[in-house]
Amino acid sequence: MNAPLAIEFVNVHYRTAANRELLSDLNLTVTHGEILILLGPSGSGKTTTLKLVNRMLDPTEGQVRVEGRSTLEWDVVSLRRRIGYAIQEGGLFPHYTVFDNVALVPRLEKWEAARLRGRVAEVMKMVGMPGEEFAGRFPDELSGGQRQRVGLARALAADPPMLLMDEPFGALDPTTRAGLQREFKELQHRLQKTVIFVTHDVSEALLLASRIGVVEGGRLRGLYTREEFLMSGDSAVRPYLEAIKTIQASLAV
Amino acid sequence: MLKFLIERKHEIATLGAEHLWLVGISVALAILIGVPAGIFLTRKPAWKNVVLGATGVIQTIPSLALFGLLLPLPWLGARADRLAIVALTLYALLPIVQNTYVGITGVDAPVREAATAMGLTRNQLLWKVELPLAANVIVAGIRVATVLTVGLATIAAAIGAGGLGEFIFRGVSMVDNQVIMAGAIPAALMAISADLLLALLQRSLTRARH
Repeated sequence: MNAPLAIEFVNVHYRTAANRELLSDLNLTVTHGEILILLGPSGSGKTTTLKLVNRMLDPTEGQVRVEGRSTLEWDVVSLRRRIGYAIQEGGLFPHYTVFDNVALVPRLEKWEAARLRGRVAEVMKMVGMPGEEFAGRFPDELSGGQRQRVGLARALAADPPMLLMDEPFGALDPTTRAGLQREFKELQHRLQKTVIFVTHDVSEALLLASRIGVVEGGRLRGLYTREEFLMSGDSAVRPYLEAIKTIQASLAV
Repeated sequence: MLKFLIERKHEIATLGAEHLWLVGISVALAILIGVPAGIFLTRKPAWKNVVLGATGVIQTIPSLALFGLLLPLPWLGARADRLAIVALTLYALLPIVQNTYVGITGVDAPVREAATAMGLTRNQLLWKVELPLAANVIVAGIRVATVLTVGLATIAAAIGAGGLGEFIFRGVSMVDNQVIMAGAIPAALMAISADLLLALLQRSLTRARH
């Protein structure tokens, strides 16, 4: 028997209340343990796609299935607790310490104290923010990169099988970003979460992807493995390949 | 002057206590009504203009006129202090409702979004995120309301509700500044100390994050 797919989009449309079509006829499956990258410019529908998974939005037409069940059939809170969520700048609670931010979901799930403390220490170490040093700090006492790490730790804390990441490294300077990307890749190698990762940065996409979905104007233009993407002649992919060539050319000089 | 105040200290204490009681009850009621009303507006923004408009209109009614207008009402007009409390509560509502609304809607969108996406229920979002982050703005509203009410409560004496306004009205009719001051000075001191106390509370709420 096959395990149900982690996440499926079946003929999904999303229109705003003002009847603007943000997402058209999306068909997409995400398998367990893969990182699916959604690559596209801002306003292309990437974030909308993410928000349909944890019911921040409901599809206007079609179905989004998580672990084989339509999101509409899920209890919204238990669905969201199975899905970690990390966004740009982390979205940390400014009035909570790092510890309390990371402990948020386990506490909501009423973990007992010892298990909670152990888990918080574990995930903080995982993201390179040892608790002895950072647990008592507030978000405004951290750098952008550190906030991002805490945001990731918070998303991982209750060990959800799925992660949604919306340009999580977008606001960082290039060196910090590269470091975090590498670390996240190693971390994912160990944790094997099912991840949908939104970015407009093609090098980030190539570094992290199991597969890359190119999104443009509310449509999925194509779905590629890393190799297929690099060899593709599709018009949707071409601008990204040209961007890579430009970078390579500037390195060769 | 000082001698006069000391001579009248018993009467000042009695009327001061009455005054404090009027202010305390009115502000407490305004908090009990105003904070939930402000929260309600963040949930149903369609009501925002109606509710803030109405509380704003109340502010524009001269206080003496409001006391006069409420006087003929059956249950209300029966007791002067009851009437005064209702009128003072109405005046205190605007800053509290408004600051509650502004404080909560001022919470950063990504923080709210992250909280919701991690599976906080509406109530958890309110108690764990929105109210703590809005607390210092809400207390600022309560501070404004309190100072305002201490001043307005002096006018309640005009309808026989007591308080430090008794001295002021008596002094005006006797053309005696000393008697006016016997009401005005304690009322001013009361307003200043309430302001300071609430400022301290506000600061402790701000500092709690650091």
